[in-house]
Amino acid sequence: MSALSVSNLRVRFPRRRGEGWFHPVDGVTLSVEPGEMLAVVGESGSGKSLTCLALLRLLPPPGEIAAGSAIRVDGADVLALDAEGLRQLRGGKVGMVFQDPAASLDPLYTAGAHVIEALRAHHRLTAAAARARAIELLREVGVGRDRVDAYPHQLSGGQRQRVMIAAALAGEPTLLIADEPTSALDVTVQAQLLDLLGELRARRGMAILFVSHDLALVATRADRVTVMYAGKVVETGPTSALFADPAHPYTRALLAATPSLNEPDRVIEPIPGGVPDPKAWPPGCRFHPRCAARFEPCDTREPEWFPLGAERHAQCWLHGNANGDP
Amino acid sequence: MTAVLEARDVFKEYHPRGLLGRSRVVRAVNGVSLSLDAAETLGLVGESGCGKSTFARLAVGLERPTAGEVLHGGRALSEPGASRDRELRRRSQIVFQDPFGSLNPRMTIGDSVAEGLVIHRLVPRAGLKDRVAALLGEVGLAAGDADRYPHEFSGGQRQRIGIARALAVEPAFVACDEPVSALDVSVRAQIVNLLRRLQAERGLAYLFIAHDFAVVAQLAQRIAVMYLGFIVELGPAPALLRDPRHPYTRALISAVPTPDPAARLERIVLTGDPPSPTALPPGCPFVDRCYHPSRDERCRAERPVLRPVGAALAACHYAEIAPVPSSTRKP
Amino acid sequence: MRGGPLGRLLAAAWRAPGGRTGLLLLLGFGALATLAPPFLTDPATMSDVTAGAMAPSMAHPFGTDHLSRDVLSRVINGARISLVIALVAVAVSLVLGAGVGMVAGYVGGAVDAILMRLVDGARAIPRLFLLLLLILVWERIPLTALILVLGFTGWLGTSRLVRGEVLRLRHAPFILAARSLGASPYRVLRVHLLPNVAGPLIVAATLGLGEVILLEAGLSFLGLGVQPPTPSWGGMILEARPVLITAPWTSLFPGLAIACTVLAGNLVGDALQASLDPRTA
Repeated sequence: MSALSVSNLRVRFPRRRGEGWFHPVDGVTLSVEPGEMLAVVGESGSGKSLTCLALLRLLPPPGEIAAGSAIRVDGADVLALDAEGLRQLRGGKVGMVFQDPAASLDPLYTAGAHVIEALRAHHRLTAAAARARAIELLREVGVGRDRVDAYPHQLSGGQRQRVMIAAALAGEPTLLIADEPTSALDVTVQAQLLDLLGELRARRGMAILFVSHDLALVATRADRVTVMYAGKVVETGPTSALFADPAHPYTRALLAATPSLNEPDRVIEPIPGGVPDPKAWPPGCRFHPRCAARFEPCDTREPEWFPLGAERHAQCWLHGNANGDP
Repeated sequence: MTAVLEARDVFKEYHPRGLLGRSRVVRAVNGVSLSLDAAETLGLVGESGCGKSTFARLAVGLERPTAGEVLHGGRALSEPGASRDRELRRRSQIVFQDPFGSLNPRMTIGDSVAEGLVIHRLVPRAGLKDRVAALLGEVGLAAGDADRYPHEFSGGQRQRIGIARALAVEPAFVACDEPVSALDVSVRAQIVNLLRRLQAERGLAYLFIAHDFAVVAQLAQRIAVMYLGFIVELGPAPALLRDPRHPYTRALISAVPTPDPAARLERIVLTGDPPSPTALPPGCPFVDRCYHPSRDERCRAERPVLRPVGAALAACHYAEIAPVPSSTRKP
Repeated sequence: MRGGPLGRLLAAAWRAPGGRTGLLLLLGFGALATLAPPFLTDPATMSDVTAGAMAPSMAHPFGTDHLSRDVLSRVINGARISLVIALVAVAVSLVLGAGVGMVAGYVGGAVDAILMRLVDGARAIPRLFLLLLLILVWERIPLTALILVLGFTGWLGTSRLVRGEVLRLRHAPFILAARSLGASPYRVLRVHLLPNVAGPLIVAATLGLGEVILLEAGLSFLGLGVQPPTPSWGGMILEARPVLITAPWTSLFPGLAIACTVLAGNLVGDALQASLDPRTA
């Protein structure tokens, strides 16, 4: 049973003036198995952050999850949970870590206090037991005893993020959602945190959903990668296969635009145009206005989800025809 | 030929007043010496708090060094506000990191771009519109965009407007302070390539500051690595990337994520956090996190100076020995 | 100021339900005050002086006061006076507050410290008290002096507000960019900082409008503000005291006018404030 199984997730917001809705997340299907790290990669406007929020039903109003969406954690239907069930899920079975640790920690509470609060929300513990467990969790994420009673402003960015992770672990989650947890941090700290996530994954058998805009970052860490563009998943597959031979023109273009130290002489190539406005998705394949490989059906019909063998899929006409054949 | 920009032993200290009037000294830049020629890009890399943004501001004259001097085309800036300095000041411009904060939200972008022209009276009023249109065209925007406001543009477009604004006064030197860090990957390539083209066309000298080595390597012929306000290594980009001599440089490069794990340096994990810029150790600033097999008491006591090691300059007593951790390397 | 941002502000005020009401009210009063007078009976030349206070009727929609003057035309004439006083006084406060605030915020250091200590000291004295102290210099205060006095006592809070904004923006990248282009401090203040503090300033202005109208009405009621025979709402209520019970319309309508104007100012100010808050914009 998957740790997380999402099917046709659509998030909608009402249009400001006029009727109707627009869908910044428009039919996302993905799954994460226990002990696996799935990277969700996309640029701004791809809908990846809204997807994360939707998983725990934390969408900012007036956004809502549209009908036809299905989200299951360890088999349980998240959309059917009542308020209490949802509360237990959040921070319990599913832990979440956000991008900006400075904003996510309450400046008036110590590191230890944050973790203790998370612990007591999900377990019945005495104050002493909670504190002991908090110290243990913080140690597990690499925050020393001397920092347990420190306030957020006394901690570095990397340490703050570790505190967030410890708090997320308090409920013994089977799934950890990390939404760009390292974007605000230096590259060495980034590497340390990713190492930590890898260790936690191995030790606890936890599934991790890692959202990032940086393809290179997830290249050696994630088991599988899902690429999002304009509210949809355009490609998904095992990391090494995807990087070795990207199937979707967008993935290919992203790789061509990412500089690499291994090839400092390779001139990075921009993708012409810009990300489309969620209020006005292009017709047909959403990437077609910027795609170098576009041809006849691309601007009128949305491509289907074509399997490419070995758990790979791409949503692109290059890989299939109208009959759904690859 | 005189260097476009030369920094000689530049120091910058701040004295922020603490809550109870206790004053600390923050040593943001410690004895940096660099020089830059026309049509050259010098990359400046380091992590947050290392002083690179402070140095950028010193380089364009937004702040005065506490000690040392900054020379533009061989001449130093005298006291701020002196009108004879205006000519000198406009030769150095800066492009900022934050595309959202770097444009006045209440001014049309045409006015923002024209500001330098207006201040220095470079173009008569009648000719402003055309000049602005030409500048916008150079960075890939339409002349009609001049009457629109910053909030109507994307991050990448705003960055291009900022570049057009800097170019308007025809500088010789542009400090680019993390110009692409806040942008999406696909847009980064647009800006990097734009900068490259403008450099080729106008012979601009760039100080390209970033925390992302891979982006810096796209443009820079030479790279300087900064740590706690010190330059710890400085050298030609290919040499530095292939064979870094300072342990910090090596650790930094090894931490840069790459899609192809096979062809890169083995990861070096730095432990702990960098010391605070208010309490600099007497010896090497990197000593507490250093993994160099030859690290010893001399490192703790004596501060290393930048000296030639191979093709580069490195500030390490033992730079001749390649900084590889004592544990065995993967073949 | 550019049409763009100002237009956006007005549009934002218009969109908010309260703001629209407020704007309409203010515009209504303003229109009446400027356009109506030629069409009204000149209150000073009422024919039948002996008629006394008469209840509202077709001929006199708001009735007449004890001197047989048409209340409606007096209210409208009073509107002209009160609105002009309020607008000019608020303008004076804005200029002073913005000026002091910007200088204090941008220059900083000793200048800031001295200015702000002075402002804080002055703020410790209630505004009404200050006004009374200043007004007692004259026996019958001329209109210009009244306006100036109102303006001079109203800028203290604004200066703090503006200073706060300037402190916030002082290190913004676009300010640094202007400086790196060679902008003089004067240019930075005028071209870059001023338009960006205009938002909070306008909010302060609209909220201050109501405050000044109330103050002026209060002073006039005490006989210290606008002097008769110049009509003013506060003065009308003062003169209506003898017939407060028997001819309530003589005090009711000027009172309503005061309330509506103050309410309008507050509605617009609140709407603008809400629209400036990035979260609710």
